[in-house]
Amino acid sequence: MSVEVQTGAQPLDASPSGRVIVDRALVARLKLSDVSFRIALTVAPLIYVALIVALFLMLAKGSSEAFAKFGLSFTWNSVWNPVTGQFGGLPFIYGTIVSSFLALLLAAPVGIYAAAYLAEFAPPLLSKTLGFMIELLAAVPSVVYGLWGLFVLAPIIRNYFGPAVQSVLGFLPIFQGPIYGIGMLTAAIILSIMILPTVTAISRDLIQAVPAAQREGSLALGATRWETVQNVLLPYVKTGIFGALVLALGRALGETIAATMVIGNRPHISASLFAPGYTLASVIANEFTEATSSIYTSALIELGFLLFIVSLIVNGVARLMLWTIMRQR
Amino acid sequence: MKIAVARRALVGLLALTLTGPALAATQLTGAGATFPYPFFSKAFYEYSQTHKDVTVNYQSIGSGGGIQQFTQKTVDFGASDVPMNVDELKTATAAGGPVLQFPDTLGGEAIAYNIPGIKTGMKLTRQIVADIYLGNIKTWNDPAIAKINPDLKLPATPIVAVNRSDGSGTTYIFTDFLSNVSTQWKAKVGAGKSVEWPAPSSVGGKGNEGVAGVVRQTPGAIGYLELAYVLENAIPYAQLQNKAGKYLLPTTESIRAAAASKPNCTPTNFSIVDTSAPDAYPIVGYSWMMVFQKPADKARAKMVRDVLTWLVTQGQPIAASVKYVPLPDIMQKQAISTLQKMDV
Repeated sequence: MSVEVQTGAQPLDASPSGRVIVDRALVARLKLSDVSFRIALTVAPLIYVALIVALFLMLAKGSSEAFAKFGLSFTWNSVWNPVTGQFGGLPFIYGTIVSSFLALLLAAPVGIYAAAYLAEFAPPLLSKTLGFMIELLAAVPSVVYGLWGLFVLAPIIRNYFGPAVQSVLGFLPIFQGPIYGIGMLTAAIILSIMILPTVTAISRDLIQAVPAAQREGSLALGATRWETVQNVLLPYVKTGIFGALVLALGRALGETIAATMVIGNRPHISASLFAPGYTLASVIANEFTEATSSIYTSALIELGFLLFIVSLIVNGVARLMLWTIMRQR
Repeated sequence: MKIAVARRALVGLLALTLTGPALAATQLTGAGATFPYPFFSKAFYEYSQTHKDVTVNYQSIGSGGGIQQFTQKTVDFGASDVPMNVDELKTATAAGGPVLQFPDTLGGEAIAYNIPGIKTGMKLTRQIVADIYLGNIKTWNDPAIAKINPDLKLPATPIVAVNRSDGSGTTYIFTDFLSNVSTQWKAKVGAGKSVEWPAPSSVGGKGNEGVAGVVRQTPGAIGYLELAYVLENAIPYAQLQNKAGKYLLPTTESIRAAAASKPNCTPTNFSIVDTSAPDAYPIVGYSWMMVFQKPADKARAKMVRDVLTWLVTQGQPIAASVKYVPLPDIMQKQAISTLQKMDV
């Protein structure tokens, strides 16, 4: 079946009187597309705002019972006892922040220098292959990382890495105590592997996008390629890399299943990185399905609310730091 | 010509989709505990093979979710590791009238361990298990353990007490058992689906697979696991001394003996851990189901009653085939008479 396409526009010189006539249909259509474009541009960001507000309201409503009972002390109380109905969120906040920042600390240098290598030094074929592998790493489901952590990484930490570190740095409180294999350090390592692709891929794209004049100028002044990367390219993209790190941190803060499988799930604050810990997202995933009393459910939702607040604060602080860096320029 | 054929085919297809639901089987839905899921999925599949007019869709979303869905009347029946308590019943009764609760299957929990060189059958007393989870016993060569296992070479390995990190009926039954055998446990911790684990060396794993994973990976670890899981995965587990003083492995017989020794079990008095029967294994519990006594849709309710009655009678051998324990006769009768109360 043939379809006849009808166009509303007429050629201008088709006017019998020779005067330029305005095609009202065309103008109306342009006006309409203008208006619809404007609506789309207004509505799309508003949906974001609405989602954040709705999330905030739902979390606030859901946690109101726990908030009414425990008040602000919920955030610094470290007892979590579902049997007696005593709930406090501190061990989870601590576990979430420590595991995520440790993960970032491990992933940032590796990610940034790997990106510099891929963008500046690696032969094109190798760079493409490695780039593809990094993207593949980002696509691995988190439960797979969790299983690998439990069955491969945990025994390595318990049998080799842990004892070796303890024999050298055992005088530091963070490396004391029994080594279970699963614990805060294992969780941080797994999280760092999970956020590595984000850091590397974005940093690589940023470095590649640095104008050639910057590179050439530096080399022309006699700098080595290493000095060019260190003193010209990385400083040039530092705000962008900072953004990549914040994005990666966001993923680490909210990661649930992989963290649950290797962190040991013990709501306890311990100085040792070998000791088990617990994160906000993990405890919600673990206990929500069987939380039958309303105060219990409410306390778990309040933990979700705290996770929201923690992310908000981290992002806020990051913005502030970014703003300070920008002003120094 | 072609168009005509296509049009006729289309009309036929349309007619099929319109009349389809009327011909298809009625789908009943249930939601709740993950513990009986392997049993339910196999049993309901077999039921639909012989009863073409009914299919049952069971969602294993957890007991809490099951009770919630049941209370909101979005499912035909709920399932829970622990019967609904007074508050939950009050809410449900307000929403849909009186609630009927009955057991559907039975399970036991093994005490699994990982001590290099030691196989299944190490002896443990109830008090030792409580002391390990309280943190009072810290190493495997503790005199209390060595005394009852003179033939075993127990290492000085520190004990890692592994627990379920997710809320579960398995944890409820285990902590209920510990509360029964240790006054210190009862005072300090109590029984619940999630508790505050007191031992400084305790570690949590998610689900049976998580606990089993940690136990297998950690020399010196001890953990409680559903029997079916231990049997399927060949993890060493202990002989546990019961109240009468006998050392027993969890088996179909020793678990059924525990259930049979407490025939007056009801939804409000449902604990069957640590019974005094001579051949009863001490860590045992029922899985429970709930339906409304006076459902609005009578025809549908009749189907629900039929399938659940089948589940607690002819369905029981299927439970055994997936390593659950069939209900003792007396509890089976109780389940049937409870289901008969349904107003259909």
